Amino acid sequence: MIRFENVGLRYGTEAEVLRDISFTLQPGSFHFLTGASGAGKSSLLKLMYLAHRPSRGLVTLFGRDMAMVTRRDLPELRRQIGVVFQDFALLDHLSALDNVALPLRMAGTPEADVVAHCSEILRWVGLGNHLHAKPSTLSGGQKQRVAIARSVINRPRLLLADEPTGNVDDGIGMRLLYLFEELYKLGTTVVIATHNEALIRRFDHPRLHLDNGRLMVLPARGRVELRAKDARANDSAWE
Amino acid sequence: MALRPVRPRSDLPLAVDPSSRFLGWITALMAFLAALALAGAMLVSDMAQRWDSGLAGGLTVQVAPMPGAPVAPLDERAEAALTVLRSTPGIGSATLLSGGEIARLLEPWLGSGASDPLLPMPRMIDVVADGPVDIAGLRLRLASAAPGATLDDHAVWLADLRSFAGAIRLAALGVVVLIGAAAVMTVVFAVRTGLAIHRPVVELLHLMGATDRYVSRQFERHVVSLSLRGGGIGLLLAGGTMYGLHRASQGLRASLLPDLALEPWQWVVLLLVPAALALLALATARWTVLRTLESMP
Ligand SMILES: Nc1ncnc2c1ncn2[C@@H]1O[C@H](COP(=O)(O)OP(=O)(O)OP(=O)(O)O)[C@@H](O)[C@H]1O
Ligand SMILES: [Mg+2]
Repeated sequence: MIRFENVGLRYGTEAEVLRDISFTLQPGSFHFLTGASGAGKSSLLKLMYLAHRPSRGLVTLFGRDMAMVTRRDLPELRRQIGVVFQDFALLDHLSALDNVALPLRMAGTPEADVVAHCSEILRWVGLGNHLHAKPSTLSGGQKQRVAIARSVINRPRLLLADEPTGNVDDGIGMRLLYLFEELYKLGTTVVIATHNEALIRRFDHPRLHLDNGRLMVLPARGRVELRAKDARANDSAWE
Repeated sequence: MALRPVRPRSDLPLAVDPSSRFLGWITALMAFLAALALAGAMLVSDMAQRWDSGLAGGLTVQVAPMPGAPVAPLDERAEAALTVLRSTPGIGSATLLSGGEIARLLEPWLGSGASDPLLPMPRMIDVVADGPVDIAGLRLRLASAAPGATLDDHAVWLADLRSFAGAIRLAALGVVVLIGAAAVMTVVFAVRTGLAIHRPVVELLHLMGATDRYVSRQFERHVVSLSLRGGGIGLLLAGGTMYGLHRASQGLRASLLPDLALEPWQWVVLLLVPAALALLALATARWTVLRTLESMP
């Protein structure tokens, strides 16, 4: 699915933010991406969602060498990647529904299907009463759910989330992680950047850990016993 | 009244850009000017055509009374002129106008006094040419055969008038072309500004997989809707102006000017002004967006 070989990234003429990054993510895998603030988590994700090109090294995505990909090919590749941006990146002038609809409209989905799918997924993340609300009227956690709904609306092959639980309490964070787990079970490859050790400990997934620009892959450690209680939380209605 | 787009959903909040309102009004102004220039060109064409069909091939010979001069009587001279005319190649017919007809022609200048039998009336011969006539040669022969006869050659001043009308028409069309160029530049400017203002949003759309065409469609829809509505307003204003001129021209005493009224098909041409502006804006917006985005990562 994703392969990095000796990838380095620098901004301008600064020292490299990422150095000698090498790893492979299998299709249908779930990884956390951890590291101190400023360690380069967002930068690594940006390389994965093709916002940046590496300064050196080889990035292979969906079996294609990114160095060979032209500007013209990018939209097609990017449509297969769902991204939850660190700051949500919702369009303020669009309603929740229209924000979620963006990937579908770009793909040319018929308008009737767009509205049906988007209302459904927004109801599913508990925003059925806020379909036409503008992001500025939503709470942090609600915006986050809109962003997440948008990232998954077109069933991406690869889902990248940058601190999707950054602005919410552990309860909501947990629910959001269950959402990603659902997608992962449906076959999506998932990478989630987070600081939240408490959450990571509750889910049994390997980690990519960034330290000083270098990457280590840490295996899953087994889940802690809080699992049963979280499962109930997941079942209860949103809000 | 603000020309604020009634907006269809757009991924870029272009409708609230300050440049949007400005673009709408500019388009209204340009449509107004373009419609007036076009209408002017069409009216001048019509006028030139009417002069043409009314006067083309028409010559008038006037034989003036010359009291006291040692020449033949007026009627004899008129007969002589007729004979000369009828024997001239290229002349189809030559008819002597009756006194009543002459009086009627002179009435606008002389009033009812024109029919005063005491007034020394010239004789007028209406000549219809059906081929090229050697005007200079005809003048000479008329002068010797019928002293006091003058040949009034409409063709000369008609040609002048026609080339003047042509110049006016060309100038009006030039104005229309310039307005089109101004429209293109305005749209380029507005689109570039929009892209600069909304660059973060455009980048985000790109990251979500938007093609350049998808982004340019947002701009196209926006400028088309603005120019259709701006153009409509401009056209209404132009229509009002032309109606006013039409009313004013009807008030003129002398009917020197033909009626300043357009035919139905000419109104249709004017209706095309906003449509043409919209089409121009669409093409310009697409071209500008695609070209600008090419340089974005
Ligand atoms: N656009 C940029 N231009 C220059 N430097 C940048 C840019 N983006 C990030 N950096 C630098 O790269 C380093 C890594 O930043 P990055 O955002 O990837 O960290 P992060 O791990 O996501 O941090 P956080 O956990 O706070 O989100 C930082 O030192 C930052 O200053
Ligand atoms: Mg970050």
